[in-house]
Amino acid sequence: MIPALATILLFQLAGEVVARGLGLTLPGPVLGMVGLLAAFGLVPGLAAMVRPTAQGLLAHLSLLFVPAGVGVVAHMGVLRADGLALALALLVSTAAAIAVGALTFAAVARLTGNRADD
Amino acid sequence: MTDAALIWSYLSREPLLWLTATLLAYWVGDIAFRASGRQPFINPVLIAVLVLALVLWSTGTAYPAYFEGAKFVHFMLGPATVALAVPMYGNLRAVRRAALPMLAALLAGSFTAVFSALAIAWAMGVEPSVLASLAPKSATAPVAIGISEAMGGAPTVTAVLVLLTGIIGAVIATPLLNALGLTDWRARGFAVGVAAHGIGTARAFQVHETAGAFAGIGMGLNAVLTALVAPWAMGFFN
Repeated sequence: MIPALATILLFQLAGEVVARGLGLTLPGPVLGMVGLLAAFGLVPGLAAMVRPTAQGLLAHLSLLFVPAGVGVVAHMGVLRADGLALALALLVSTAAAIAVGALTFAAVARLTGNRADD
Repeated sequence: MTDAALIWSYLSREPLLWLTATLLAYWVGDIAFRASGRQPFINPVLIAVLVLALVLWSTGTAYPAYFEGAKFVHFMLGPATVALAVPMYGNLRAVRRAALPMLAALLAGSFTAVFSALAIAWAMGVEPSVLASLAPKSATAPVAIGISEAMGGAPTVTAVLVLLTGIIGAVIATPLLNALGLTDWRARGFAVGVAAHGIGTARAFQVHETAGAFAGIGMGLNAVLTALVAPWAMGFFN
């Protein structure tokens, strides 16, 4: 568990250093994730070593955004002022993204002869 | 009387109280979620947030005081984001086999999610800092919070908008995709993962295993793409 956690933190740290060093808008942990994915392909056995700890972390992923969520009490004014606009934006854009994404996938799969059942 | 006051003044200064309260509130939410038969609109995070907001309000506790305790949980968002590399690596084979449809659906879904949300909110007069909080709402929470922070949005507003997006996606996906007549579980799952991240993915797993696996891939890929698309899209709405 310690080597796995150290590996994860090391990639996050490297991601933060690169993101800040180059002034990127990409969050450090996202770069860390991409880096770790690349490392899995290069270092045999690394994925198996990290997997149990990573799965433990991800099993409780939704707990981790409770503290940020509670922060909404400090922003009630914003949500009240823009409530209708935000509600409409979320509803329409989520429905549109699901529909457009699924239709595009199905259309390209049909065009390229990519079948579901194999 | 002084004893109770002394204990409270100790507790309100130390992180222990609010760290414990955060876990307890989530536990309550999780029990409610299970008791409902895992209904997508009974979301454990939303329940935990409501419970904690009520407790903070009734004890007159300011958010920064609460966050002193809760920051230990919040910190784990970063490592959890890095850990997403593990399920993505496990799905590489499926990604290679359906690479073209996935790439097309990822681009179409991600751009639609970011641009349509920004366009609607912008047209209704929402200010830029709130737009920055809204733009990454289809990405998984830890990533969306990071993107929002980097663009000058409010991470806490983003956290709530991400949650609501996930719940909306989980609730509407099945009726919407049925109405469109789509029967390819890969297409259905992938689109839900791109648009509605982890909550949508959990819902997809309930409906069909293939849909769930593809939703997970969609969520992972869109976490990376949103980090690129959202800051760029913001440039059009300033």
